[in-house]
Amino acid sequence: MNTSINSEVQAKVVLSAEDLWKSYDEGTIEVLKGVSLEARAGETVALCGPSGCGKSTLLHLFGGLDDPDKGQVEVNGIPVGRQRNILRLLRHEVGFVFQLHNLIADLTLEENCMIPAVAAGTDRRMAQERLHQLTDRTGLSNRLHHRIQKLSGGERQRTALCRALMNSPKILLADEPTGSLDEKNSAMVFAFLMELVAVEGVTLLMATHDRSLAERCDRLVEMHDGRVYGSQDVR
Amino acid sequence: MIFLKLILTNLRRHRIRSFISVAGIAFSVAAMLTVVTILQGAVGMFSGILSSDSEIIVFERNVSDLFFSNVPDEAAGEIASWPMVLHADPVLFGIVSSAGHPIITCFGVTAEDARIRKAVWIAGNRNVFAQHSDDLVLGERAAEFMSAKIGDSIPIGHGVFHVIGILQTANGFEDGGVFMPIHSAQEFFHKEATTSVITVRLRNKEDAAAFKRMVGEKFVSLIALEDAEFTRSYSQFKILKATAWAVGGCGLLLGGLGVANTMIMSVFTRIREIAILRVNGFSNLQIGAMIFGESAVVSVCGALAGLSIGTCFLFALKLIPALHGYVDTTIHPLIMLVVIVLALLTGVAGALYPAIYAMRVRAVEALRFE
Repeated sequence: MNTSINSEVQAKVVLSAEDLWKSYDEGTIEVLKGVSLEARAGETVALCGPSGCGKSTLLHLFGGLDDPDKGQVEVNGIPVGRQRNILRLLRHEVGFVFQLHNLIADLTLEENCMIPAVAAGTDRRMAQERLHQLTDRTGLSNRLHHRIQKLSGGERQRTALCRALMNSPKILLADEPTGSLDEKNSAMVFAFLMELVAVEGVTLLMATHDRSLAERCDRLVEMHDGRVYGSQDVR
Repeated sequence: MIFLKLILTNLRRHRIRSFISVAGIAFSVAAMLTVVTILQGAVGMFSGILSSDSEIIVFERNVSDLFFSNVPDEAAGEIASWPMVLHADPVLFGIVSSAGHPIITCFGVTAEDARIRKAVWIAGNRNVFAQHSDDLVLGERAAEFMSAKIGDSIPIGHGVFHVIGILQTANGFEDGGVFMPIHSAQEFFHKEATTSVITVRLRNKEDAAAFKRMVGEKFVSLIALEDAEFTRSYSQFKILKATAWAVGGCGLLLGGLGVANTMIMSVFTRIREIAILRVNGFSNLQIGAMIFGESAVVSVCGALAGLSIGTCFLFALKLIPALHGYVDTTIHPLIMLVVIVLALLTGVAGALYPAIYAMRVRAVEALRFE
């Protein structure tokens, strides 16, 4: 998938987790139990495992949305923590796609996609150009001014994908991005996801139940009960 | 643009709730504007009585109310004789009552008083005023509500007076009051040889400081103040103004609570949306600005609506014949500005807690549990 990216860039570790521990409810629910993981630039990594095994939590820790109890998370070689500028991380370095599209229903497709650009203070003209680039690639350019309620499930998820990539982050954290879609739409959204990732040279870390989709990534990481049980190159 | 859209979208989502908040602020602003304007107008009118053809007021030092001021007749005589004084008019204020009208302002004045000289006499002859001790001149509105006409004898308090004239003034208090010869008023109110104030016109306004100093030196118990000074320092005016602002402030406080309620509901019902904005890079400042922006829109709309309602209400009051001359409906630009600023501050204060709450929303929790 990412053979066009030169080997020097591929070699660079952009996501790194080392002995991560995370629990909730004052330690009564342990979600991550010493997870270590790395992802290299341009690599597509699927996190597979049953519900509650800690996939989403791991993504949240990489995105700076939560803090680990123990261990270290690094994005682009810089630790994610209180010292780190989380805003910069969320605005420019990582993009999130969730299982539920998490779009704002009362806004149009265009307005939803512009939210990250507004947050980052991106020049409006440049943001518009970027939006058109992304919607052209995802087949949404005729839906720009449609409200979210008027879009199909697949279109909504593609919109979420465009929004996540609006500020051209080099890392995409996708949490069950096709989990709420039927088989046909799931395949379509995943195809768009992989195409964008390839074209933009983005590192993808994707949590999924769907092994058939996971096997289309560069690497598949098995998680179970808060631990990583194996990692295999599948391509 | 998107930021503004986010603000407006949320207000549009809950139109009725937003409308109620706007209405709360609007009625608060209208109440404040009306109360403050009416009382400011009243203060202005009372000041107008004192400053009628004069620029300085002499009255008893340290009295809380001019009705309790006692200025000896001799002082009026002596002050009138000073070379720098053009004229000095003693005035005695009192409250009288007649059948069905428990409170009527009474002015005890001399025949030379500016109020008598300069008013429009719609009946009677100013030259005959004060020729008899039972002479009574009525303001136009007083004549109207007492159903009195020239030549009538009317009971006022414990006496009976003879109406010798009806005059028209622009001042509501004067128009709704009665004028007696000063000596009759002194006898009527048992304030022989004293008046409430002396209103003074100087030949040269630049002598005001010297005049005030002379009054202080010659009459230890009296004080002289220029009209503007008096309006600023008179405790009754201060109390009236403070009361007006306090009443208006209470109204705005209620409006602010309405905004707070709206904003709290607004934040609580879209925790997930706020989390989405966070994940997409919105800072605390941007989240807070969005919430404050919503309350600012509510406040501005409320303030504008309130100003319109208040203006209409004041205009309607002015049209009521019974209030003619009593209500000065001129809205001072400064009052308008203060009311708008207070409405905005109320909105901001109302949004403070919701904004802080929104800024503390942890995206990960909101996304996980909601």
